[in-house]
Amino acid sequence: MSACCHCTHDNWPELERGYRAMLPEPILAFIDENRQRERNESMLIATLHMVQAHFGHLGPGHLEAVAQLMQIPLAKVTGVATFYHYFRLQPRGKYLINVCLGTACYVKGAEKIAQKLTDELGIRFGETSKDGVFSLESTRCVGTCGLAPVVMIGDEVHGPLTPSQVPALLESYLARAAEDLVGESAANR
Amino acid sequence: MPLPVRDFYRSMADRIGRTLADRDLGNKILIQVGSATCEHAAGSQSVTEEFVRHIRASGRKDIVIHRTGCTGRCSREPIVGIQVAGQIPVKYERVNRDLVHRIFTEHIQGGAPVMKHVLDHTTEVLPEREFLFCEGSRCQRPGPNLRDRFIALLETRGIEPHRVHVAAASCFGVCSLSGDAPATYVLARPEKVIYRVNGEEDLLAILADHVVGGQVVERLRVQEEPIALEFLERYGDVAFFNRQSRIALRNAGVVDPESLDEYVGLDGFKALATTLERHEPEWVISELTKARLRGRGGGGFLTGTKWTLARKQVDATRFIICNGDEGDPGAFMDRSMLESDPFNIVEGMIIGGFAIGAQKGFFYIRAEYPLAIRRIQHAIDTCRANGLLGQDIMGSGFDFDLEIRLGAGAFVCGEETALIRSIEGERGQPKVRPPYPTDRGLWGHPTVINNVETFANISAILRYGGDWYARIGTEKSGGTKVFALAGKVRHTGLVEVPLGTTLSRVVNDIGGGVSGGKQLKAIQTGGPAGGFIPASMQDMEVDFEPLQKAGSIMGSGGMIVLSEDDCMVDIAKFYMAFSQEESCGKCTPCREGTTRILEILERITQGKGELADLDKLDRLSRLCQRTSLCGLGRAAPNPVLSSLKHFREEFLAHIQDKHCPAKKCVALIRYEINPEKCIGCTICDRNCPVECITGARKEAHVIDQAACIKCGNCFDVCKFAAIDRV
Ligand SMILES: Cc1cc2nc3c(=O)[nH]c(=O)nc-3n(C[C@H](O)[C@H](O)[C@H](O)COP(=O)(O)O)c2cc1C
Ligand code: SF4
Ligand code: SF4
Ligand code: SF4
Ligand code: FES
Ligand code: FES
Repeated sequence: MSACCHCTHDNWPELERGYRAMLPEPILAFIDENRQRERNESMLIATLHMVQAHFGHLGPGHLEAVAQLMQIPLAKVTGVATFYHYFRLQPRGKYLINVCLGTACYVKGAEKIAQKLTDELGIRFGETSKDGVFSLESTRCVGTCGLAPVVMIGDEVHGPLTPSQVPALLESYLARAAEDLVGESAANR
Repeated sequence: MPLPVRDFYRSMADRIGRTLADRDLGNKILIQVGSATCEHAAGSQSVTEEFVRHIRASGRKDIVIHRTGCTGRCSREPIVGIQVAGQIPVKYERVNRDLVHRIFTEHIQGGAPVMKHVLDHTTEVLPEREFLFCEGSRCQRPGPNLRDRFIALLETRGIEPHRVHVAAASCFGVCSLSGDAPATYVLARPEKVIYRVNGEEDLLAILADHVVGGQVVERLRVQEEPIALEFLERYGDVAFFNRQSRIALRNAGVVDPESLDEYVGLDGFKALATTLERHEPEWVISELTKARLRGRGGGGFLTGTKWTLARKQVDATRFIICNGDEGDPGAFMDRSMLESDPFNIVEGMIIGGFAIGAQKGFFYIRAEYPLAIRRIQHAIDTCRANGLLGQDIMGSGFDFDLEIRLGAGAFVCGEETALIRSIEGERGQPKVRPPYPTDRGLWGHPTVINNVETFANISAILRYGGDWYARIGTEKSGGTKVFALAGKVRHTGLVEVPLGTTLSRVVNDIGGGVSGGKQLKAIQTGGPAGGFIPASMQDMEVDFEPLQKAGSIMGSGGMIVLSEDDCMVDIAKFYMAFSQEESCGKCTPCREGTTRILEILERITQGKGELADLDKLDRLSRLCQRTSLCGLGRAAPNPVLSSLKHFREEFLAHIQDKHCPAKKCVALIRYEINPEKCIGCTICDRNCPVECITGARKEAHVIDQAACIKCGNCFDVCKFAAIDRV
């Protein structure tokens, strides 16, 4: 792993620099700290959570960097990343909409909410809207069944919802996204 | 003899007692706002902000906000409690910013509660005093109904019912504490006193001394404090709460989940102190065994036995794990406990670690619960900083530490061998048992895995005794069980009742029955691994064995109420789709079996089923049950088998008559406009996504059946009930 196959020159330091450049400092610190401890591989899932929280998804480059820096075979890292539904391998929009399709939400009409969302956004489950603001996904219970049917947008749970409330809800996030854009461009100037 | 643990606990309790005394909350006006995922979803954060603004603007130092976890009254969140010294606490429901303003100006500043918005809106006037009479069935009360007698006595004295309110409540938990002669227990608020009343004489004494004279009748006062006293003091007037018996949830909605001080103020870590002071793991295990505590994660294995198995191992490296994966889609009690009373779960884990001789414990929490993760991390850090975790805990010489590992959205990881692999950083695929984790678990060492709620009961059992706990439940299972009540029920939320309570009591008396005045069809327990209990069996007692006999399981406590509007074939299909999707694919019967079963159910709901399909379903289900490797595959067919058992006629209607009795299965229904009733308002037309409704303004409209996708929009929007679903 630390040397290329045809020459004797050890290029690991160089490779490592490349991998380190792909991840932000807090994650690198986390990885380094765990490398000092026994059973380092037990922190793989936690590390992947951090990477996804930072980038919004786990790209092939991220997986390779994690594998190399944690010294875990890439096949295993990929295997773990694909096994767990929570990990997303594709980039997603600014706001991830998770429609709860757990039992409580299902019996309270979650399908109609889901239908309304696909209609309003013009995308299917697993897709991202053209403007890059929303990605639509479904989940099985976010633990607020008493408020069913619920939709989780980013970290926020909304419920109980009716289909007619969906457009206004999306509007409020669009407005936020627009504000952020204004804020960012102001900051860039 | 030096007593380091006792000294440690005393000095900690003293220090904290002084801090609490300095805060002097008893003499302040407390605004209690729930802070848990559900409350946040309902808007409790903006409610808090609004109160903060009002307090600041008023400049008053005697009004403080008190954060708590969640009481589990989801459908009425956000709930805000106002506590003024010497007055009965008032709770408001569905509070928003506008209501905050009214509560602050009218109630807090003006002294007049906004009664219209009080939780459950039970009275028009806030009484000065309240007497709650225990009418639980456990302690047999002597003689005539003392509550009626007391009401009559008050009346003859000319004391108006709105000044002194008398109501019935369920068990306060005193009877199981004392075990002495039967009596009626009465909780007096706001004095927070429980009386033991034996007859009219005692009532007269209460009337003369307490009601008229304002003095507590010490002679009748119960000495032992029941475990949920603080909870009852705050929420005892609300039927939804006073019909419950709270042990695992006793601090939920009472304690600040991020305050070690408050937890210790409620006798937190007393059980751990006792445990470490005695220093006999056998004592802990024997109390659990006496308690007949059975695992609350679903299987119902005796916790005392499980801990003994691990303790007996030769290998001295041992682990203990708290299973917070809460995979049942429709269950949320574990989340609520982790968020609302995290120190209690941590205390249970440390005691468990000591009892089995573990050096290290893990919380496995699903990533979908970010707040629960934060609160547990906070509790762990705080405990470490206070000598309650780490080296030489409480000066006892016992070393133990805790860490969190996150789930990542795989239901199968709730299964113990899969969970272990997940903690090890692997794909969460189950392994064949035996060896059981108590023999060879995490990294090959003896490991105990228990559910969150199991741990939530440990400190209570050790403080009040295994015998006490056993008295609360049934012959076979001690204690209470928390249910997450959801679906078509009026009051959704968390309900903790003694094992052996009837389903009907949970759903009807506490849950308020089916919402919208509909008929109860079935109660689902156990999630995707469970089954359906038909309405006709609602008087069944809730316990592991009876539920199993009826074709369901206790499961982790999800309880979904289904009404006449729910199609059993459709719901069975829903669960099968869940299991099929969550199958890890390791073994064929589960992977293929769930797929085949799902296909058949799909066909039936499409109106393309045949009679022979029912036999096929049965055969495939039994095969899957018998030959799958882990509990997921083995239990996946349960919803199908139980719906076939209790609701066969619904399957037959779909197959033979191509008819869905609940009018739920899209392929088997039609929407039609009744020309007699349609006034031609065109609303349906404008809401139809495929524009298949035609008709001139003010004339009857028609649906083009060939184009209609049966979305039901028109049915929902027509204000004239002119559209029929047939
Ligand atoms: C597919 C599957 C999912 C499970 N999910 C959970 C879960 O989410 N939470 C839980 O406590 N137990 C779950 N269990 C049960 C655990 O395997 C284990 O029996 C339990 O955590 C033991 O704790 P207890 O003895 O305190 O009940 C699941 C079992 C299976 C087969
Ligand atoms: S029964 Fe299902 S979930 Fe369990 S190991 Fe087999 S395939 Fe995986
Ligand atoms: S059910 Fe939907 S598609 Fe059919 S007519 Fe009504 S609105 Fe149109
Ligand atoms: S909404 Fe109802 S009344 Fe109005 S046009 Fe449609 S069917 Fe007729
Ligand atoms: S089923 Fe939707 S939050 Fe639980
Ligand atoms: S209110 Fe907290 S679980 Fe519902």
